[in-house]
Amino acid sequence: MWRGESPGPSWGPLLALVLVLTLGGLPRVGGFEEEPGGAHGASQGFQVVTFKWHHVQDPYIIALWILVASLAKIVFHLSHKVTSVVPESALLIVLGLVLGGIVWAADHIASFTLTPTVFFFYLLPPIVLDAGYFMPNRLFFGNLGTILLYAVVGTVWNAATTGLSLYGVFLSGLMGELQIGLLDFLLFGSLIAAVDPVAVLAVFEEVHVNEVLFIIVFGESLLNDAVTVVLYNVFESFVTLGGDKVTGVDCVKGIVSFFVVSLGGTLVGVVFAFLLSLVTRFTKHVRIIEPGFVFVISYLSYLTSEMLSLSAILAITFCGICCQKYVKANISEQSATTVRYTMKMLASGAETIIFMFLGISAVDPLIWTWNTAFVLLTLVFISVYRAIGVVLQTWILNRYRMVQLEPIDQVVMSYGGLRGAVAYALVVLLDENKVKEKNLFVSTTIIVVFFTVIFQGLTIKPLVQWLKVKRSEQREPKLNEKLHGRAFDHILSAIEDISGQIGHNYLRDKWSNFDRKFLSKVLMRRSAQKSRDRILNVFHELNLKDAISYVAEGERRGSLAFIRSPSTDNMVNVDFSTPRPSTVEASVSYLLRENVSAVCLDMQSLEQRRRSIRDTEDMVTHHTLQQYLYKPRQEYKHLYSRHELTPNENEKQDKEIFHRTMRKRLESFKSAKLGINQNKKAAKLYKRERAQKRRNSSIPNGKLPVESPVHNFTIKEKDLELSDPEEAPDYEAETRGGIEFLASVAKDTASDSPAGDTGSDTPLIGHSSPRGGSPAVSQQPPLPARLPRPHAPSPAPPENAAPVPAARSSREPGAGPTQGAGPERRALPAAHARSAAARRVHSRRSFQRPRARRRPALLKLASLQPPGPAELPPHALEQEETPL
Amino acid sequence: MGSRASTLLRDEELEEIKKETGFSHSQITRLYSRFTSLDKGENGTLSREDFQRIPELAINPLGDRIINAFFPEGEDQVNFRGFMRTLAHFRPIEDNEKSKDVNGPEPLNRRSNKLHFAFRLYDLDKDDKISRDELLQVLEKVDVEQKMSIRFLH
Repeated sequence: MWRGESPGPSWGPLLALVLVLTLGGLPRVGGFEEEPGGAHGASQGFQVVTFKWHHVQDPYIIALWILVASLAKIVFHLSHKVTSVVPESALLIVLGLVLGGIVWAADHIASFTLTPTVFFFYLLPPIVLDAGYFMPNRLFFGNLGTILLYAVVGTVWNAATTGLSLYGVFLSGLMGELQIGLLDFLLFGSLIAAVDPVAVLAVFEEVHVNEVLFIIVFGESLLNDAVTVVLYNVFESFVTLGGDKVTGVDCVKGIVSFFVVSLGGTLVGVVFAFLLSLVTRFTKHVRIIEPGFVFVISYLSYLTSEMLSLSAILAITFCGICCQKYVKANISEQSATTVRYTMKMLASGAETIIFMFLGISAVDPLIWTWNTAFVLLTLVFISVYRAIGVVLQTWILNRYRMVQLEPIDQVVMSYGGLRGAVAYALVVLLDENKVKEKNLFVSTTIIVVFFTVIFQGLTIKPLVQWLKVKRSEQREPKLNEKLHGRAFDHILSAIEDISGQIGHNYLRDKWSNFDRKFLSKVLMRRSAQKSRDRILNVFHELNLKDAISYVAEGERRGSLAFIRSPSTDNMVNVDFSTPRPSTVEASVSYLLRENVSAVCLDMQSLEQRRRSIRDTEDMVTHHTLQQYLYKPRQEYKHLYSRHELTPNENEKQDKEIFHRTMRKRLESFKSAKLGINQNKKAAKLYKRERAQKRRNSSIPNGKLPVESPVHNFTIKEKDLELSDPEEAPDYEAETRGGIEFLASVAKDTASDSPAGDTGSDTPLIGHSSPRGGSPAVSQQPPLPARLPRPHAPSPAPPENAAPVPAARSSREPGAGPTQGAGPERRALPAAHARSAAARRVHSRRSFQRPRARRRPALLKLASLQPPGPAELPPHALEQEETPL
Repeated sequence: MGSRASTLLRDEELEEIKKETGFSHSQITRLYSRFTSLDKGENGTLSREDFQRIPELAINPLGDRIINAFFPEGEDQVNFRGFMRTLAHFRPIEDNEKSKDVNGPEPLNRRSNKLHFAFRLYDLDKDDKISRDELLQVLEKVDVEQKMSIRFLH
């Protein structure tokens, strides 16, 4: 029967699998055949080449298995149809079954099984660490009460009811003759009761239920480890003692040991997280081994609590949860990426191996003992009691929860109670001498695991769709949402303070204060701390600055206009986008840029440096926004995902818009039949120099005129409305929302300055009259002929053509679409012909102005430039940028 | 203190508050005792200073704005009714309330009222500077019902 499962779900890639199989199976078999040859050769004096299979056998086989599993993953993902229907874990189990069958057919021994040692020491820790390190903390702690109830009460309930019911059925004689007592049943119940983190993650990963539901099931599966460990140990020792000798004292001890094991495990995790954070604070000069600390210290927390017979899973989970904030602040950007990818790789690999070996382990006739009643009843009981337990607990919880758990959620929670490798490893650990029916337990556990992972894993997706469970939205929260979310947090904690109740928000507030005052001081680098203190003191000021730099950054990314007009130099030497020194120093790219040695042989860092010049500002702005706006106490986090590092949505979007813009421009440029001067090298050179200058030309931010940003925001918004809605609706909405809010904040601070109010309220009127915007506008028309760029889509004259009104340009935003349209058209008749896209381009360009203000400073430096790049027609730069 | 506070609250007043805000009896008495403990002047109203004495509010970046939200336009005292009315914005929306009669007075914890409260916090000088429509549109995605709710203790 268990064999019968294998052909079932694997119908799709079966052929492909066979290929992989032979690839994986042959070297092993072949190895044994050739081995005598190697031994034989050794006796004939010195050999030029010897074949030493035994020498490398073990690591070789391990490596091969890993390779096979990884290759299998590639094959699975060749077909989207298969992986979207069948969960990967199920495919891997089936693959394992097939592979195990082949190995067994060849050798007639089952030499490869998932041993508890390997599982608990090497495969499980990376998965759990990954789960802890990427845990959405706010979500987790927000639902901690619920999670704990399910993890503790739910697991005990499952264990007790399953064990007792099986015992009851056993007494009725339905299972025939078995050498099992009540305690054995309870032991079995306790190991089969726990929902398995590996299986749950593997399946829920692909289902995308809403985050609350996910975190509850996922959190439960992680935290129930303590309960499982205790129940397992207690009942195992009871079984060893024998049923008669168990006293009340032992039971009390068992309950006490639960608290010791769980709290102790947590404490070990927290202590090691503290250590880890502290260590990463001082790794400034050994960047390269920074990531190593994260793994080694976390692993030590796991081993330590295992040594103290505490809950190792809890320890490493909490180690990950607690250290993530400080580690991420302390280690360099590159190290953080390394940690992320390594962790994902290890976890994903471990998971793959676990499932494959679960399948392989099942191919061993020695362990199979069949008892239909026992197996079927176990399946029924674990499903039914899980459902009952969930309903009962939810009923209690819903009286206290803000977010109610709907009946649909309960169905998914009950159905999502998957069992997995933990149960299997625990059951294999049983001592055959004490537990007489160990083999029955093992077989049943394997059936249960296969059933839950394959059958429930297969059906949970359709079920979720059918029930219309609220899905998670896979997106980065918009800046605007973040701002409001933060504001709501502050409001709620203030209201709780006023109403004098110690609630969720109150505790969160207290904790974040404590964290800021003490923990961060100890655990974070000074550079990382700086940003935190400033927010409290001068958050008004910072808000203003950030709003400005954000806008400037957005413009820079939205359009390349200012690159294209290198020698038109209407700018004031105010560089808003230049990051504050403290932030820059923290970034590695800064170091790379600064330590320019005459000869650099490290190609990677050369490449890095070249790229980082442009990227730094992106990064820094993003960083700045994250760090400086009303201090985020909790950041919204993406839903946990083991396999994917979700790319930053904003950056992706910006890049895409950028691509499209550039492509459009290029096309219309070509159609204008102009010679393309592809001086790439010069362009590159120029770009680098420009970036260099941009950095040099900064002055302190404080000196900016307060009212100008307000104008710019409103203009930007209006301009965007002109743009083609199909082009980039998301971007537009996002920018508008974000800017609008920022603008209003900026305005609040600036409301005492006379110009602030009128400007933003009535953008159209405000610019024309009181600011004397018209003179600036009138200067524009005569100029645009200056540059050799008659192609249609770059028609915004103020950019390239207004060297005189440099200082004015900040004041003339009225020249945007409303006012400026007139003069522009007159000046450039060709502009009439431009498409909606071109208009959009224009509208983007027209909010370039704040950036333009600092160009005069560049002008001075520009004299140092080689003439080539300065004279370069802008389109060459476009082409250079397009493939980016 | 709790018992003293609850005796000072007249029953008919309590009933009215209950009707207006939807808080339960026990919640109102508890909040009343909090109210009186905040009321250092013991004149049945709270002033801005009373609020500012709460230490946590001092470090809340939105503290001043929230305090302002408790005071009706042009006044610098707030009585218990007003206090409760403001807090009522933060009551979660119960299931049975959703289906309630549409004709009655609009409950304070409705989505629109929660939003309006948040809006007033942004709009310091109360001249509708951030246009309301836009805020609503922007907040459409935010789960205001959840995020702007507190489960008050009984």
